[in-house]
Amino acid sequence: MPDLMRVFGHHQNKTHPAAPLGEEHPQNAPLSIDDMTVAYHHKPVLWDIEYDAPEGKLIGIIGPNGAGKSTLIKAVMDLVPRASGRVMIYGKPYAKQRNLVGYVPQRESVDWDFPVNALDVVTMGRYGKIGWCRPVRKQDKDAALHALERVGMADYAHRQISQLSGGQQQRVFLARALAQDAKIYFMDEPFAGVDAGTEGAIIAILQELIQRGRTVFVVHHDLQTVRHYFDELIMLNMRIVARGPTEDVFTQENLKKTYGGKLTLLDEAAQALAEAARR
Amino acid sequence: MDTWIVVAGALSAVACAIPGNFLVLRRMSMMGDAISHAVLPGLAIAFLMTDSRSGLTMFIGAAVVGLLTAVFTQWVNHFGKVEESASMGVVFTTLFAIGLVIIVRAADHVDLDPGCVLYGAIELVPLDTLVLMGLEMPRVVLTLGIVLIINLLFTVLFFKELRITSFDPNLANSMGVNANLVHYAVMSIVAVTTVACFESVGSILVIAMLIVPPAIAYLLTDRLYVMVPLSAAIAVLCAVLGHVLAIIGPSLVGFGDRSTNTAGMMAVVAGLLFVVTLIFAPRHGVLSRWLHQRSLGLSMLREDVLGLIYRLEEHDPQQTVVAPRVLRQALGIGPLTRGIAMRGLIRAGLMRRRNRLYEITETGRHKARNLVRSHRLWESYLHRHADVLAGHVHPTAELLEHVTTPRMQEELAAGVESSGSDPHGKSIPPPV
Repeated sequence: MPDLMRVFGHHQNKTHPAAPLGEEHPQNAPLSIDDMTVAYHHKPVLWDIEYDAPEGKLIGIIGPNGAGKSTLIKAVMDLVPRASGRVMIYGKPYAKQRNLVGYVPQRESVDWDFPVNALDVVTMGRYGKIGWCRPVRKQDKDAALHALERVGMADYAHRQISQLSGGQQQRVFLARALAQDAKIYFMDEPFAGVDAGTEGAIIAILQELIQRGRTVFVVHHDLQTVRHYFDELIMLNMRIVARGPTEDVFTQENLKKTYGGKLTLLDEAAQALAEAARR
Repeated sequence: MDTWIVVAGALSAVACAIPGNFLVLRRMSMMGDAISHAVLPGLAIAFLMTDSRSGLTMFIGAAVVGLLTAVFTQWVNHFGKVEESASMGVVFTTLFAIGLVIIVRAADHVDLDPGCVLYGAIELVPLDTLVLMGLEMPRVVLTLGIVLIINLLFTVLFFKELRITSFDPNLANSMGVNANLVHYAVMSIVAVTTVACFESVGSILVIAMLIVPPAIAYLLTDRLYVMVPLSAAIAVLCAVLGHVLAIIGPSLVGFGDRSTNTAGMMAVVAGLLFVVTLIFAPRHGVLSRWLHQRSLGLSMLREDVLGLIYRLEEHDPQQTVVAPRVLRQALGIGPLTRGIAMRGLIRAGLMRRRNRLYEITETGRHKARNLVRSHRLWESYLHRHADVLAGHVHPTAELLEHVTTPRMQEELAAGVESSGSDPHGKSIPPPV
């Protein structure tokens, strides 16, 4: 169990955030998480996360609803505050490594009636490289077009995004991540609500990224395809239940631990904590 | 003198409309409302503290309170567990009330009229002038001009950042474009603009100009970089038409030669323009959507005619022509709709006229066979794979046949295997 007080106070690390990680962590992993706890409104949603990612793997993050899958990748990218713990991307804090990270948020998280076309959205993937106040350059447009080509959406570059199907919207999001040209990718349910053809196309692109030495994390729901898609797994339910090569960890026993009833005890404890804080 | 009124109206309208785009797109339209009311205590306190009505102090006071409105709203939203618009409502009404209390309490030595804050006094604009570079112009015009330039610079310089933080704040944050920072920058711009426009057009018009021109532009375009200048153009149009209407409007409705308030008329014009756009906008307008629905209905009807003729022919191979009466009875359509549908079919070369009857062409027959094939494939598929009773499959198949692509047809055919006939025992025509 983590020191409970950490949940109530933010960032009470004794060590400097930029200090090297402890002996047990490799110094140059794509992603290292050291003893991370995340809480929303005093209710812990992730406990004691310890993790080191192998490089060049397609890594699935699976777990039931409310297991903290999205929160895990958001906490890594500083999008939600951590109650404690440290995160390193290739040995340095996230803020220094932004350009190495690509992100595909959940498709429902944005307003698809926004007045932009597919190319505009993909070009947003280049903004981090362009920098504040500078205009979009021709090479960025070209990179965005190239990314659209790779996901088979070049013909839709000038289509307003609300006129794309769910699968096409997801491809546009993937193209945007490709345009980020990152070394490590976090994708939040890229297969949600897409047709079979799109799912196949996306997985082919992800595998191509792995071939080129990128590391890709994918929040995933469909247990049937897990063995087929992922080299590595993180099985999550508020804490890491199991992690490692899919063939080793994707077992009935681990699935039961991840999705089964036992962990509701932890959830109950988290609820109790939240209630205690409310009084 | 009138020119300056129009110039002041147009400047404030454009200055409001530009940041207004981002309020509309961030679904925060009410924030304009909130900030424009909430700055009142800022104005009052600034006045009480410095005892002067100099532009700058009032500006700073109001801008600070405007920004506080945004901050308080986020707090109430976060800690009070109420939705954003509700927390805005709580914050700005409270601040507005405080402002009123301060003004009334200090009424003896405050020369600040709440009515003027609401409606403005654009007619008085030309009276208070200064000379800049040899040109005599109203003080307000200079202030508004400066604010407009600030807003333009802000929008052009940070266009990329405004776009990404409005569309996908998570991605923006992950790239180091701080969405919160941009949010407060927009709020500051709105606060400053609001204060600058108070004197001339009043807070009601500020709210209208923040929201209505961008909302009109949003109906007309799908590109952000078109939407922003378009909203500015619409804002200018509102100002000019508003002033013209203010002069001639009252006599039009029989109020003699009295003119009415330009600011008020600008809001009226904006509202009217919105209604007109809502009806006539090319793609998102009510009319074009109705026309689209209607043309969709017509194209389905044309296909139904073809399907009907195919079935008649199937029933009795001698029956190659069809009388208008049959169409009316089988499809339940009147002469007008029938006329439009048949003209479309003839123009497409699918049917031709023979005497007073209609005859299907070879191309038409091909198309008809394909439709009937889709229809019967769907019936079989629904019956076999979706457990729909044989008697219930027709209406669904009737709808789906119109949207069946060749690829779908192939998959359907594979799905029902080569049974050759539909649940009613009719044979499925082979592929064309």
